[in-house]
Amino acid sequence: MNAPNSFRTQPDERGHFGAFGGRFVAETLMPLILDLDAAYRAARADPAFQAEFDDLLEHYVGRPSPLYHAERLSDALRTGADEGMGAQVWFKRDELNHTGAHKINNCIGQILLAIRMGKTRIIAETGAGQHGVATAAVCARFGLPCVIYMGAKDVERQQPNVFRMKLLGAEVRPVTSGAATLSDAMNEGLRDWVANVHDTFYIIGTAAGPHPYPELVRDFQSVIGREAREQMLARTGKLPDLLVAAIGGGSNAIGLFHPFLDDPSVAMLGVEAAGHGLEGNEHAASLAGGAPGVLHGNKTYLLQDDDGQIAEGHSISAGLDYPGIGPEHSWLRDIGRVEYTSATDVEALDAFQLLCRTEGIIPALEPAHAIAAVAKRARTMRADQVILANLCGRGDKDIFTVATALGVAI
Amino acid sequence: MTRLAAAFPADRAALVCFVTAGDPTPAATPAILDALVAGGADVIELGMPFTDPMADGPAIQAANIRSLAAATKTADILRIAADFRSRHRHVPLVLMGYANPMLRRGPEWFAAACAKAGVDGVICVDVPPEEDDSLGEALRAAGVAPIRLATPTTDERRLPAVLEGAGGFLYYVSVAGITGLQQAAQGSIDDAVARLKAATDLPVAVGFGVRTPDQAAAIARVADGVVVGSAIVEIVAQHGADAPAPVTAYIRTLADAVASARKDSPKEPRQ
Repeated sequence: MNAPNSFRTQPDERGHFGAFGGRFVAETLMPLILDLDAAYRAARADPAFQAEFDDLLEHYVGRPSPLYHAERLSDALRTGADEGMGAQVWFKRDELNHTGAHKINNCIGQILLAIRMGKTRIIAETGAGQHGVATAAVCARFGLPCVIYMGAKDVERQQPNVFRMKLLGAEVRPVTSGAATLSDAMNEGLRDWVANVHDTFYIIGTAAGPHPYPELVRDFQSVIGREAREQMLARTGKLPDLLVAAIGGGSNAIGLFHPFLDDPSVAMLGVEAAGHGLEGNEHAASLAGGAPGVLHGNKTYLLQDDDGQIAEGHSISAGLDYPGIGPEHSWLRDIGRVEYTSATDVEALDAFQLLCRTEGIIPALEPAHAIAAVAKRARTMRADQVILANLCGRGDKDIFTVATALGVAI
Repeated sequence: MTRLAAAFPADRAALVCFVTAGDPTPAATPAILDALVAGGADVIELGMPFTDPMADGPAIQAANIRSLAAATKTADILRIAADFRSRHRHVPLVLMGYANPMLRRGPEWFAAACAKAGVDGVICVDVPPEEDDSLGEALRAAGVAPIRLATPTTDERRLPAVLEGAGGFLYYVSVAGITGLQQAAQGSIDDAVARLKAATDLPVAVGFGVRTPDQAAAIARVADGVVVGSAIVEIVAQHGADAPAPVTAYIRTLADAVASARKDSPKEPRQ
């Protein structure tokens, strides 16, 4: 395949990223998707929309997030490496955002769009609860009623976030159908939307769903990569050699990667959740272990069987156990611009503890997967090279899961 | 004339009946389909189960789960369809479901398998006209009708795109919502059917939330077909493999109401 002139011009007007993406929704939703697309084009061209987005990111979210040189982690990873090897590790600190993760960037953008479209009710799905908390926060901030769909199993394992959402005034509806996790919550969100088309805006939390969601979520999250690119140039005078980010649906990764896609010297690595290992069925690595298919409005790599029935993802991280992946990642993988790998539950747990001890930062289990991959790659790179990883969430929500995994009673 | 066209005569509405294939088991489905025909079904909609049926309400979601729990495979569904065709030469059968199971082995494979099994049409819930090239082209090439859905949100601007390339009949989803929960006001159905019939020569069948003979009759007065799904699926849920007798009894009440709808009423079908 010939490399395109730019990797930053996708999707096409039908929302296709190469062979992926698109608008695979029921007819009832199709006119709404078209309305949303038109409203998004208009908003993007409106300087006032961009100004309000930027203002809220600065004063409500706390952007720009810092760029941090993790020197002790870098040193720790050089232990045992060959002479002159062991890259510098830097983090984009999106875990310092209001509500504790990158999710809020997208929620600010989408709620401004909802208000612009005259919608008066917000719905969202959530897995780990980070997107639910961020959505509940922006709904409180703008005084809009908010319903969050969350798999009953996730409600059970993410109680602190359920309580946070309720404190913020959201109604949390546990979803018991299917496996009762993120995928089922998304089905329920789509069912709600189809029944409440006139007044409701669906804030999708990752760079998936029908067009234009993968594009608009990417655009709102690209603030991560834009800031990081400027900050890195200002601090080091050069671009990073490797970007690393964890991938469930892939919104933090595409947000970091997209502004760098046309910088040929910058390599990129997306890290899927390998759960108990890729050889079995208990993982959430759609690219490594899946095949192209259609789910939740777009064509992308999916965990599925020979008949196209969707498999359950597994990961210690509730934010990563989604059976699909954003369609732009499927495209970037197939054209070879971005490399994808995976990290197991055990590797993520090790990386989680390593960052706690070397840097005094408790990461969420999602970016712990990225840190696990960083630990492997750093030793293979020269000491003057730079890895920039997205620290997309903080670990407060995960301490109970980690304690259980480590056999510690709190 | 195709089997589907023949199933929508000019003088009365057709009764279109949905059940989920493999519910409660693949072995039980043929007798349930026969029960639909015995009760007076004119068109069979055979649902293909999917793990993520996002346009369906609780009744059909549960049917999907029961079917998949009974290990229903795509091969079973195609075999059920082919066997139905050999037993009922003149009753059209359409498959209804979601894109992923239909596209898993490629659209050409699926279209050819449908044609071989004697399937007359396919309703794919999540392939709108904008994505027609992913499935519709293959179906038309194989002589299988791609049946499209129109909804209360399908406006005048959009309707031509929905009708372009459509076949079999037009399925009007009368409620903006999921299957099985509520029925639309009859007045809004009358208006919508008139609008759709003015725009297409395809028969217009109306569904979502239809349960009682009275509801079916009211729709039969204006539309070319009445679709009933969740109410039948609930009988199957309650009776399992013993569902054929109560299914036939229920379908007969609907078929009688549909057959006499235009005789009882002085109102002519709207043109």
